Amino acid sequence: MTDKKIALTGAMAAAEALRQLDIDVFSVYPITPQTPIIEAFAKMKSEGNTAAEIIQVESEHSALSACVGASASGARTATATSSQGLALMNEILYIVSGLRLPILMVVSARALSAPINIHGDHSDVMGARDSGWIQIFSENSQEAYDNTLIGMKLAEKTSLPVMSIMDGFNTSHSVENLEILRDETVRKWVGDFTPENSLLNHKNPVTFGPLVLPNSYFEFKIDQEKTINEAVNEYGKIAKEFEQLSGRKKDCFEQYRMADAREAIVLSGSAAGTAKEAVDKLRASGKKAGLLKINLFRPFPRREVARALAKVPKIAVLDRSQSMGTFPPLYTEIVNSLFPVASYKSRVISYVYGLGGRDIFQTDMEKVFEELEKGKTENRIKYIK
Amino acid sequence: MDKVKNLLEITFFARGGQGAKTAAEILAQGAVSEGKFVQAFPSFGPERSGAPIQTFLRVSNREVRTHEPVLNPDVVVVLDDTLLKTENITRNLKKDAILIVNSVKTAEELSRQLKFFGKIHAVDADGISLKIIGQLRPNTVILGKIIRIARVAKLESIQKEFRKIFAKKLGKEICARNMEAIKKAYDNP
Repeated sequence: MTDKKIALTGAMAAAEALRQLDIDVFSVYPITPQTPIIEAFAKMKSEGNTAAEIIQVESEHSALSACVGASASGARTATATSSQGLALMNEILYIVSGLRLPILMVVSARALSAPINIHGDHSDVMGARDSGWIQIFSENSQEAYDNTLIGMKLAEKTSLPVMSIMDGFNTSHSVENLEILRDETVRKWVGDFTPENSLLNHKNPVTFGPLVLPNSYFEFKIDQEKTINEAVNEYGKIAKEFEQLSGRKKDCFEQYRMADAREAIVLSGSAAGTAKEAVDKLRASGKKAGLLKINLFRPFPRREVARALAKVPKIAVLDRSQSMGTFPPLYTEIVNSLFPVASYKSRVISYVYGLGGRDIFQTDMEKVFEELEKGKTENRIKYIK
Repeated sequence: MDKVKNLLEITFFARGGQGAKTAAEILAQGAVSEGKFVQAFPSFGPERSGAPIQTFLRVSNREVRTHEPVLNPDVVVVLDDTLLKTENITRNLKKDAILIVNSVKTAEELSRQLKFFGKIHAVDADGISLKIIGQLRPNTVILGKIIRIARVAKLESIQKEFRKIFAKKLGKEICARNMEAIKKAYDNP
């Protein structure tokens, strides 16, 4: 069993994963920088390489609404979007997760208007972080491919929707080397989708989306939250399976040279590779730098992250989005995770970088490590501009 | 290729629609077919035809992990010489770097204009493409020049990748003329 070594953009890698997953329905509306995903998939369809039904609609609100119908009918369903598109889907995001529909969404993450900007950051997906969707971040084309495959299986195992997130342009438009599994390997691993209940099962008619009154809505929401929290374990199992299948290490987060780290950067997405180069350079000069790259952002693996960071004296959390009026999302998660660690005395600093496609360089990462080492910590958000 | 870094970095300056992104991707695929690691990515401004864009290409013997734009290129390719006036092409250009410009001017003229005294290669990619292909395809022609000068990949690998992407779209005859144009720039260093 040999895997194929090729080079693709993150967008094309995700489209290839969707084809191999043999999805039934792909309901989409084009938006930069998601377009190359749906272009690539449409080309596969026109060349007869996928039997999927592509539904073209008039907006992202409709795109996800059509996904709701398809998924509730028992179809393996996916969509893809970015930025304003994800914002426009917001109403339906909650309906999907509340109905427990295993829809997979590939996101090429981009800044939000206003002012209008087509470039990459994490504002769109962070805006959806409380919507009950599982969120997995990717560093490069390989991970965009891997996490799209993992995402579909995780969705169907947990009956929860999943976002497979890559950085708009940085990953979606970057041609990089990757290994592709064989079609048969993917098909066998992901299996068929047979939902517990579906609208088209006339032997067991069900209603999706009934009215729920104050006497039971609260319990329903507690159950839903319990389910997404438990998805950490299911993700772990599927990640292990995928690791055996592909030979590539998969986990809630990646620890890069963290074993004896005194200073660590925590971040998600494509900047991780740049940070790894900085870590290697600093390690070569005797510094104890490390990187914790968060892959699974929702559900957030609090206990595991706390264990990984408990002994690191100084931590910088780099967010590629803001939470207007308070500290940014990833920083808040890290601080919350570390709160129960009794022995924890370190300082965690918040940095915001890369908004609206602003480039981040290896030297920026080195400067963050330098600031950590010098102990220049302040209880305010710092901006890497 | 930088022996220490084990890495070749190329920056393309072009205008939206000239095909710099495609050129970088063909080079990348050619290098991949020879077992190299690559990264090719565009840097768009306002995303419209005619606007100045940059595209970057990295070719390495080991995995390319960084996602920062190329800062200190080994090779700079300019697909439209009007950009020499508006873009800071020679910024960060190392003394031993190579500049490849699509222009009817000579290397000496370009050197004086840019006050860059490293290696400059001028190629009339517009002229060659009009003459051989019958269409304005400077990005095709420049491929031949780049692989001859920077040894990103072999001529056969690039021609093979070009055919893979364009054979169906362009048809046999036009595709063959593109091959010829690439070879023409390759054979005239």
